[in-house]
Amino acid sequence: MFARRIIPCLDVREGRVVKGVKFVSLKDAGDPVSCAKAYDQQNADELVFLDITASHENRRTVIDMAEKVAATIFIPFTVGGGINTISDIRELLKTGCDKVSINTSAVRNPQFILAASRRFGSQCIVVAIDAKREAKNKWNVYTHGGRKSTGLDAVQWAQKVEKLGAGEILLTSMDCDGTKNGYDLDLTRRISESVKIPVIASGGVGNLNHFFEGFKIGKADACLAASIFHFGQFNIPETKAFLQSKGIPVRL
Amino acid sequence: MITIIDYGMGNLRSVSKALEYLGAAYTICTRAADLKKAKKVILPGVGAFGDAMKELHSRGLIEPIKLLASKKMKLFGVCLGLQLLFEKSEESPNVDGLGLLKGHVVRFRSRNVKVPHMGWNDICIRKKHPLLESISDGDYFYFVHSYYGKPALKNILLATSHYGEEDFAAAVGNDCVFATQFHPEKSQDVGLKILKNFIRW
Repeated sequence: MFARRIIPCLDVREGRVVKGVKFVSLKDAGDPVSCAKAYDQQNADELVFLDITASHENRRTVIDMAEKVAATIFIPFTVGGGINTISDIRELLKTGCDKVSINTSAVRNPQFILAASRRFGSQCIVVAIDAKREAKNKWNVYTHGGRKSTGLDAVQWAQKVEKLGAGEILLTSMDCDGTKNGYDLDLTRRISESVKIPVIASGGVGNLNHFFEGFKIGKADACLAASIFHFGQFNIPETKAFLQSKGIPVRL
Repeated sequence: MITIIDYGMGNLRSVSKALEYLGAAYTICTRAADLKKAKKVILPGVGAFGDAMKELHSRGLIEPIKLLASKKMKLFGVCLGLQLLFEKSEESPNVDGLGLLKGHVVRFRSRNVKVPHMGWNDICIRKKHPLLESISDGDYFYFVHSYYGKPALKNILLATSHYGEEDFAAAVGNDCVFATQFHPEKSQDVGLKILKNFIRW
């Protein structure tokens, strides 16, 4: 049966994982390759690396990291942060990285999504949407790590990026991110039901039931989480076992 | 020695990295001349059917690939590489495929499911094949696609998967051609097993 995906997300700065992953087995919690391997062994379905430095000088470091990850683990992974040009994407895909996630540059120039998906195929273009609730059932899109409002309506923007050729949406609720109170289920459901492409829910997971709600109520195709996994509060096998017991199909 | 065909369509690096990991020697081929002596060939690829055939054509690779098949060399198509082996695709109705397998490529028709079919799905084996050795019913593989191959004859259907309301071909092949709609190079250990089987084939 088609499985719902569980995706750990790693923030990377200058080639090092920040807020290090605390696995007992891990010698170097800051090494992206070791972290990737650990999650691979736990049966993560995909991985996302977000480069929070995202400076031009840093491109080489990110590419080196992607090279090493691609040589070590054989599950799909996405790299996001600071991707502004077709050549940035080409450099990353050449490493063996599967998808790139674009956010600010997509808002700045929506045609970039079109150009990128035409060149490399929709399947590798993930558009990240950071959304913040403005009113009941109304969310606006933010960029620059949630600092800058674009005035765009999140639902309309999601439909637009789908038309432009995005293959997937990584949807983060700015309101819920870091709260551990669960995903913004209204937002997730609204976006997921407005597009035909898969939606990854992100921001707010604090317990296992939040994943269940993300799939069941939020209609997410995949659930992303960071700290809940990094700090060893829950691991991926127990997350999946829990979901399976609640009737959500997962890959064990 | 395995030859990976590079025709400018997407991430062949993930295939080559998996081969490196398994310790298999490979070369990357971009021109017809490189294919002449090839004995084991991987045709990877992501993107659109029509674009891919155009790229193969502009590099003069279509006839050499057909020739390989006629000489019974081993050919492994991955994802779009599976679809290209068929005669036609709904994605690009005016473009001929390689036609090494009888049948055509269709789009998912199920309602209530997301297209592309993106993520992990399990397979059901329909026919034994050396490349599916030690693979079991219920094993999960990673898929990313909106179209799938529909063999004209059942005898090339090796494994199926289920999405929405459709059973579709997850693996097809005969005694010299094998292809998967999923990405073995992105399907963890179980995917690497298939690549190992190909190395041994």
